[in-house]
Amino acid sequence: MTMQDSHSLAPGRHSARTTTPGPVDQGADVQPYVTADGRRIGGVLMDLRNITLRFGGVEAIKNISFDIREGEIRAIIGPNGAGKSSMLNVISGFYVPQEGEVWFKGFRRGPMRPYQVARLGIARTFQNIALFDGMTVLDNIMTGRLTMMKSNMLQQALWWGTAEREEIAHREKVEKIIDFLEIQNIRKTPVGRLPYGLKKRVELARALAAEPGLLLLDEPMAGMNVEEKEDMSRFILDVNDEFGTTIALIEHDMGVVMDLSDRVVVMDYGRKIGDGTPDEVRNNQAVIDAYLGVAHD
Amino acid sequence: MEQLLYTAEVVVNGLMAGVMYSLVALGFVLIFKASGVFNYAQGVLALFAALTLVGIQQGQVPFAHLINAITGSHLEHFGWTVPSLLAILLTAGVMILLALAIEKLVLQHLVGQAPIILFMATIGLAYFLEGLGDIMWGANVKSLDVGIPQGISETAEAWTAQLTGYGFFIDRLDIWATVIAALLVAALVAFSQYTKQGRAMRAVADDPQAALSVGISLRFIWIMVWSIAGFVALVAGIMWGTKSGVQFSLSLIALKALPVLMLGGFTSIPGAIVGGLIIGVGEKLFEYSIGPMVGGATENWFAYVLALLFLVFRPQGLFGEKIIERV
Amino acid sequence: MFYREAGDFKTTYSDDSQTFPLQLDRMGYYAVLAVAFLVVPFVIDDYWATSVMVPFLIYAIATLGLNILTGYAGQVSLGTGGFMAVGAYATYKLTTSFPDISILIHIVLAGFITALVGMLFGLPSLRIKGFYLAVATLAAQFFLVWLFNKVPWFYNYSASGQITMPERTVLGQLVTGPSVSAPAKYLVCLVFAVALAWLARNLTRGMLGRQWMAIRDMDIAAEIIGVNPLKAKLTAFGVSSFLIGIAGALFFAVYLGAAEVGEAFGINKSFLVLFMVIIGGLGSIFGSFAGAAFLVLLPVFLKNVLVGGMGWPTDLAAHVELMIVGALIVFFLIVEPHGLAQLWRLTKEKLRLWPFPH
Repeated sequence: MTMQDSHSLAPGRHSARTTTPGPVDQGADVQPYVTADGRRIGGVLMDLRNITLRFGGVEAIKNISFDIREGEIRAIIGPNGAGKSSMLNVISGFYVPQEGEVWFKGFRRGPMRPYQVARLGIARTFQNIALFDGMTVLDNIMTGRLTMMKSNMLQQALWWGTAEREEIAHREKVEKIIDFLEIQNIRKTPVGRLPYGLKKRVELARALAAEPGLLLLDEPMAGMNVEEKEDMSRFILDVNDEFGTTIALIEHDMGVVMDLSDRVVVMDYGRKIGDGTPDEVRNNQAVIDAYLGVAHD
Repeated sequence: MEQLLYTAEVVVNGLMAGVMYSLVALGFVLIFKASGVFNYAQGVLALFAALTLVGIQQGQVPFAHLINAITGSHLEHFGWTVPSLLAILLTAGVMILLALAIEKLVLQHLVGQAPIILFMATIGLAYFLEGLGDIMWGANVKSLDVGIPQGISETAEAWTAQLTGYGFFIDRLDIWATVIAALLVAALVAFSQYTKQGRAMRAVADDPQAALSVGISLRFIWIMVWSIAGFVALVAGIMWGTKSGVQFSLSLIALKALPVLMLGGFTSIPGAIVGGLIIGVGEKLFEYSIGPMVGGATENWFAYVLALLFLVFRPQGLFGEKIIERV
Repeated sequence: MFYREAGDFKTTYSDDSQTFPLQLDRMGYYAVLAVAFLVVPFVIDDYWATSVMVPFLIYAIATLGLNILTGYAGQVSLGTGGFMAVGAYATYKLTTSFPDISILIHIVLAGFITALVGMLFGLPSLRIKGFYLAVATLAAQFFLVWLFNKVPWFYNYSASGQITMPERTVLGQLVTGPSVSAPAKYLVCLVFAVALAWLARNLTRGMLGRQWMAIRDMDIAAEIIGVNPLKAKLTAFGVSSFLIGIAGALFFAVYLGAAEVGEAFGINKSFLVLFMVIIGGLGSIFGSFAGAAFLVLLPVFLKNVLVGGMGWPTDLAAHVELMIVGALIVFFLIVEPHGLAQLWRLTKEKLRLWPFPH
């Protein structure tokens, strides 16, 4: 795929997005600003500094730094095996990098278990759908509210007071998300029976249910047809717009990436080879080389 | 000095017992490697093989009790005995038939199920085979003799006495078991490394779908592996049966192979051997040193607790491959 | 036609998340409860109590317990017999040490003690999974049985090594010991079974249950969305062992009266309860009762037919039973891994459409 064949999936948004000048400096003192289509891009939400991740002798990520700013859609792209998913796994706390610092909301994140990272307000979807197949759609999405539940085991066992009130309060929130993603009719269906495209949507719903400060999407459109991609793009933009959720995503479809994102990080062989607005990245020689396959030295 | 020699004797006996565990564990590893099935029924397979062997040897009428109960007849024996070697061959044949039946009736229908479902299915299989074995040949304790010498080995005793001044008590059966186990392992390794079927077996173990796509018949491999495991069970059954009689507890002793596997890793043949030896020596030493203080019979649980503690610190076992988790 | 959901509308979320969303189901459930509490105690005789109802209720509790661990949280355990033994021995020690305190309290306390022991043996589940864990739980089984066998303190230094339940009363009514009446035995077990089933149902439909199922279905993803695996697995082991401990306590105190640990709580008990879970249906409360009923009734049925009806020797009938149980396990795993509970659901689906399936 070349960088030129991008086509607009979300008409009307395209021009506004890609012409917005995005600051590319790594400093923490970046100024908030409002985009042409009225979205507020804030300060740095997550700052990744000199991240290096090794598996045994293999360096999956080599000394990468970039930041994610509040309210933006940040894409990570690169050829297969570039280390994108590893990067996302570092952000979500599943992998702990050997070197480098992860800063979130102005604090340095120490080594944490993934569930603790989730409690900071970082939710994600997975490249190969990771839903709970034995549970209904509703239950799957309810698990997203987990980090906000407070009733203890005894209360739950007796279904008393807080437990039931809480259950219902969270159910209301979840129903809003179900409406938003238009999956009302499959509420009580076990997830295992759903087709692929819907599963992807349920997974997004589960992540949204957590009301995340940072939403990570790992190839949200992989394996979808054009129509499903359009739906998913629309949902992603709406999430970003309506809830102001910051989104970092990995995607292979260049057209989608260029349309959706405010800024793009390009990775190749574990290194960062480009960072900037879609237009800047598109014209970056190193990026073009990586995608067209120029021999490495 | 005296103390040291006693301990050494305990160790040697532990090693011998360990060989027995390894024999059963070997069957587990074979099936697990080739089909991803954790075959809980391996111990019962050994019991079933031993029961069948005794039954054929002594010319028992299979299902005699059942037939008697239904028809009111008084069948018991055909009135002939079968020479040991022939009986072993016939039993091996029965084990192959059993492998065929298991593949056809059970495994085929469980392709692609979660490993834990397959595991539970083999527990069901174990119950079924136990009942079948009892109905076919009767549940009474039988003695098995295929001509393997038993009793204290005077040679070993004299030899160790000469060497250390204290004659070790070593059962000749244990020595034989060790030799046979070594031969069996050598044969299995040679088979899996140097024959076409062996290569196919390893291919299936690695990636069943890829193996299918290059034209390997999964069915054939499974039947073959279960037959081999049946044969290994037969060998184990002969050894155990000769040692302590053919009875239900044989399948429980064979349960010991499970901790052996947890130590050795489920996919490693050398692991099964080393794990067996460690457990054998470990439990004998523990019983010898700590046992008297806590009331004895620690062999019942020592292997499991050792394996459990070991697993907590090294989940993949001694020789298992390290598991890298991905999302 | 008669069993239907049309017209049964839900207007609140609390209505929608109740245990029996359909009114007909709800009425059926209350009817069963009414019969169980108001009719059965007056008609039950010794034979039905000792060979059917009491073992059924006790095994149902144990099955519920194992089902929470295996069916909901996905952790297979072969230590059920050992944990039941903990419940039994805890009850014995408690009631012989504090004879004045109600036996019901002792039984519940025994449940809590078993929960602690279960959590201890559940700790390795954080590092090991699947059948590795199943085999590791065998350590609990064999170690606990050995412990109760070898340490005389546990059986109060009795000469036989057995524990024998002294006579205890509840509300002036004898509930344990050799001369207890059939309805009393039955009612004690029934109260525990119903109360525990209600607790289990609440736990499994709430957030804790969702955490367990999340761990079961995909543990890595569960952790990434915020499930603390330590907490989820240990609560599963704890709640499961609590129920199993109470089952063990009742099994000893009410059903057996006297017990020798290897015989009453051996490895076969672990398998029996696991089979009840599989046949009844993994991850189903109703299935736990169905599975327990099935495997309690099967031997009674076989014994009546084969031994009583056809005059076979008992050992032969026992072997046939082994084969049938084994074959049924394989059959259910192949045909219907969700067991009797799923068959029941399918029947209800059909009933909904009957007699006009199109």
